[in-house]
Amino acid sequence: MISLKNITTSHCLNDVTLDIQDGEFIVVLGFTGAGKSTLLNVIAGLTEYKGNVLFNQKDVNLIPTEKRNVGYLFQEVYLFPHLNTFENIAFGLRARGYCNDLINDKVKEVLSLLHISHLSKRYPKNLSGGEKQRIGLARSIIMEPKILLLDEPLSSLDAATSKSIRKELKELQKRLNLTILYVTHNLVEARKLADRIVVLVNGQIRQLGTVQDIFSKQIEDTQDYSFVNLSNKVYDLDYKLFNKNI
Amino acid sequence: MKLTLFKNKLLFLIPIGLFLATWEIAGCIANTQLFPPFSKVIVEFGVLLTNGILLKSLGASFIRVVIGYILGCLMGLLVGIIMGVNKVIEYSLRPIISILFPIPTLGWLPLLMLWIGINETLPITLIFICAFFPVAYNTLTGIKEVKAEYIKAARTLGASYWYILWHVIMPIASPNIFTGLRLEAGMVWKTVIAAEMFAIPNGIGSLLMNAESLIRVDVIMVCLVLLSFMSSTFEHIFLWIENKVSGDWR
Repeated sequence: MISLKNITTSHCLNDVTLDIQDGEFIVVLGFTGAGKSTLLNVIAGLTEYKGNVLFNQKDVNLIPTEKRNVGYLFQEVYLFPHLNTFENIAFGLRARGYCNDLINDKVKEVLSLLHISHLSKRYPKNLSGGEKQRIGLARSIIMEPKILLLDEPLSSLDAATSKSIRKELKELQKRLNLTILYVTHNLVEARKLADRIVVLVNGQIRQLGTVQDIFSKQIEDTQDYSFVNLSNKVYDLDYKLFNKNI
Repeated sequence: MKLTLFKNKLLFLIPIGLFLATWEIAGCIANTQLFPPFSKVIVEFGVLLTNGILLKSLGASFIRVVIGYILGCLMGLLVGIIMGVNKVIEYSLRPIISILFPIPTLGWLPLLMLWIGINETLPITLIFICAFFPVAYNTLTGIKEVKAEYIKAARTLGASYWYILWHVIMPIASPNIFTGLRLEAGMVWKTVIAAEMFAIPNGIGSLLMNAESLIRVDVIMVCLVLLSFMSSTFEHIFLWIENKVSGDWR
């Protein structure tokens, strides 16, 4: 289990507390600047923070990023341009000194799992956005991380590719029992992927619950500026305008 | 298709052929020691090669270039890397480098003649200076241009500081570094010739000065063609290495 206790950062997060169960898929929703990416950076140890981050009840505050064993897929994948697909995926294993035979076996297994074996010798400059995301995912999961942090991984992809990767991601999560924290502002992704949803507003957790809790709840309070409520209003407005125009 | 490409690649031979033919004809018509025809230069090249003067001079220049260039590049790489990875050192050294970098290499010559004297160390030091600043600057620039996200990604994958430096930062910075190495590989030949012309009694530069005093234009032309060849060859060697190292992914 991953636990965040009273996490506060200098610019974004304000007293955030959250427990993430093993094998759980949590989607973090929120507007730009709400602190979604900062939350991932805190877990990865890439930013300074106050409070405690616990991996299986063990405080990891003093453990540097490279030893936390987290997988992190950024919005732009940042595949290393000088390495081909195989070597990009093998990077983490080589950095940790695994032997070549084991690296070969593990990389081939992951390539096959994500159906990207045919890309193994290509360099990032010759890959499409969707292919890069799949390789980034492969590079992260090969390390068998305690938690996989995904920062809007599908935001730059077209709808069809996005849908296809979303489906694969969900299947992969179930199959490998991955613990995932997924940042997005896309409500469709949240509905399709999440076991639970966290709604961040101004650096604080405004809502936390299952997909049903978050989306089916009728929010009566007109002063509620939470992300889902506002988004629902926007969608509602779009719908009315659409009908009116017809 | 392939034949057409091959023909296109050979197109460069036409202007060269025309140039040499014009030179030959003009030289024969002029019939003066100050403008020898191409054929006379070729004959003189053969003579200088046979009597060993050319190889001796070229060898002396070559050793100076190689020693000065290797030392300058190594020091430039080291300083560039240290500045690139350590902000305190970067901010400390940047003003000094910004002041010294724009000084033309030959501008150092009078000062070095007084400090070092006229000996083998002088051209080597000049070549060192010629190689050091651009290589250090390009290495620093290359490292600074590596996006922080690559480093973050490598850290989350469990890579240590040194592993990231050698397996992420340096390879991604390598095109910039090679640009510095390649440009200076040609430039050092121009520098060594200048140093030898002014101060050193042997080498291609010295041969040029002797030929000038004896009004041997054919020898001067042999030296100039040789200088052009060496400078271009050095640049192409680095271009080839650069393509081998980063041609697949750039």
